[in-house]
Amino acid sequence: MNDTGRGWGLIKLVTFLVYLFMFAPIIVVLILSFNASQFGGFPMTGFSLHWYGELMQNESVVRAFRTSLWIGAVTAIVCTAVGTMAALALVRYDFPGKHWVNALIVGPVLVPETVLGVGLLLANRAIGLKANFGLLLLGHILLSLPYVVLVVQARLIGVKRVYEEAALSLGANRWQTFREITMPLILPAMLAGLLLAFTISFDNVSASVFWRPPGVETMPTEILGMLKVSISPEINALGALMIAITVGLPLLGGALARLRIRRQSVES
Amino acid sequence: MAVSMLSAAERRRPWILLAPTLAALVLLMLVPIGIMLVYTFYKFQTAGVETADLNLGNWHEFFSDPYYHGFLWKTARIATITALLCAVMGYPPAYFIAMTRFRHKWLLLLLLIVPFWISFTIRTFSWVHILGEKGVINASLMGLGLISEPIPMLYTEGSVIMGMIHFLLPYMILNVYVSLEGIDRNLISAARSLGCTNWQAFKEVTLPLSLPGLGAGLLLSFVLAAGSYVTPQILGGRRDSLFGNLIFDTIMKELNWPMGTTLSVVLLFLLGIVSVIYSRYMGLSTITKGLSR
Repeated sequence: MNDTGRGWGLIKLVTFLVYLFMFAPIIVVLILSFNASQFGGFPMTGFSLHWYGELMQNESVVRAFRTSLWIGAVTAIVCTAVGTMAALALVRYDFPGKHWVNALIVGPVLVPETVLGVGLLLANRAIGLKANFGLLLLGHILLSLPYVVLVVQARLIGVKRVYEEAALSLGANRWQTFREITMPLILPAMLAGLLLAFTISFDNVSASVFWRPPGVETMPTEILGMLKVSISPEINALGALMIAITVGLPLLGGALARLRIRRQSVES
Repeated sequence: MAVSMLSAAERRRPWILLAPTLAALVLLMLVPIGIMLVYTFYKFQTAGVETADLNLGNWHEFFSDPYYHGFLWKTARIATITALLCAVMGYPPAYFIAMTRFRHKWLLLLLLIVPFWISFTIRTFSWVHILGEKGVINASLMGLGLISEPIPMLYTEGSVIMGMIHFLLPYMILNVYVSLEGIDRNLISAARSLGCTNWQAFKEVTLPLSLPGLGAGLLLSFVLAAGSYVTPQILGGRRDSLFGNLIFDTIMKELNWPMGTTLSVVLLFLLGIVSVIYSRYMGLSTITKGLSR
């Protein structure tokens, strides 16, 4: 089927409807976050920033936000370093059992989060500990690591080995070669991995519910807890704020990167 | 670099690079799963207390009590419906993005990534505003005077399936898109010039060649749907609990670790079988290709 005919028209229509399905609910949250009404749903009774103000006063929300922020940051940094090393090993070297290592790395993606959650909490309990920050952090690293490896691996396959071999034959050692040649070439993928790991950690709820220490909430578990009470307008404001941050930042980053590339190409 | 020429240090290097990753996967995933397996043979005494006299009690209870089987069937049924609906809804957009000459195709692809940036919890609860008593649908129908009482749509099996489709669709579309994008366009032109109609060319060439992506999408949707418990918690009623909710309640509320781990191992085993059968036919690389996009 090419770009003409009734079939194509139908596909176009379905595509539009599916995109509408994906984004309409999110847009509704954004709209309702400005609702002046003291109830979380329709009708809109007026435009107001009141609920954003309430949010800033809500100490437990602010605390959960901070917790998620630093756990996400540590997870992202650790996963990028460790995952890049693994990707290098898998793409640049041949070794026995590589097939198994590849399968093992996809493991955390395929094992249900519930099972990962229960397993890690149980292991922690078996060595006589209660749920703690370390557990939450290690768990998030486990969840995000495969994605970083996959993203960096995909990019590394496209980087020709000759550049590295040239550096090595000119007397650079392995570390210098990585720092001066390989890393600049795979930097976009490493940054993408960093961002992805942060997002996965910042967003995780299914497993975090098992791992978080008593009394500690991450952003998503805090929202889950608030939802149990009712859909308050505050949740809408919180949702809208988080969407603005998690969608706005990467878009802004991408736009800035593109602008820089354009400027460089103009200058050179 | 010829394999036989490698020095011992050279041969050790990949393992040094892999060491932290392997340590994490072994210590945080494999060992815990091993401990879980052992725990299924423990005996539950009272909330949070179990003893290590190994027995088959939990397994016996699981296999003989229809209560558990009910959860299993319901979960399988809902995950199947969800995965199939995802395929039906996801294929046309994937096809459109792959085949269109629309200049801003990148925008459509970007929009598929955007949901991954938005908190899963927020995306899920957003459906309350669509299906709820004060949601868009009921509010507009009542505003138009078509109904006088809100239609109960939220906290049903339907709303749970809706929420799961909503978070799984991007996975499905991306997977199908990747395999459609990889098809050699000359094959389609060849089929057309040999007298196939558009539909025949699609049915005989494009569809079969996109099956790996569709399969990967179906597998991922099924596995993720069958393992989820937060979506039923937010969008489902009391009767819409899935197997994941059962595990959560058994462990976090009843503190019955032996039974909870038994149920977890069952879930892991059944979903593992699905993945193994799939990788026999398609190869896991299709999934990793879709995921690394």
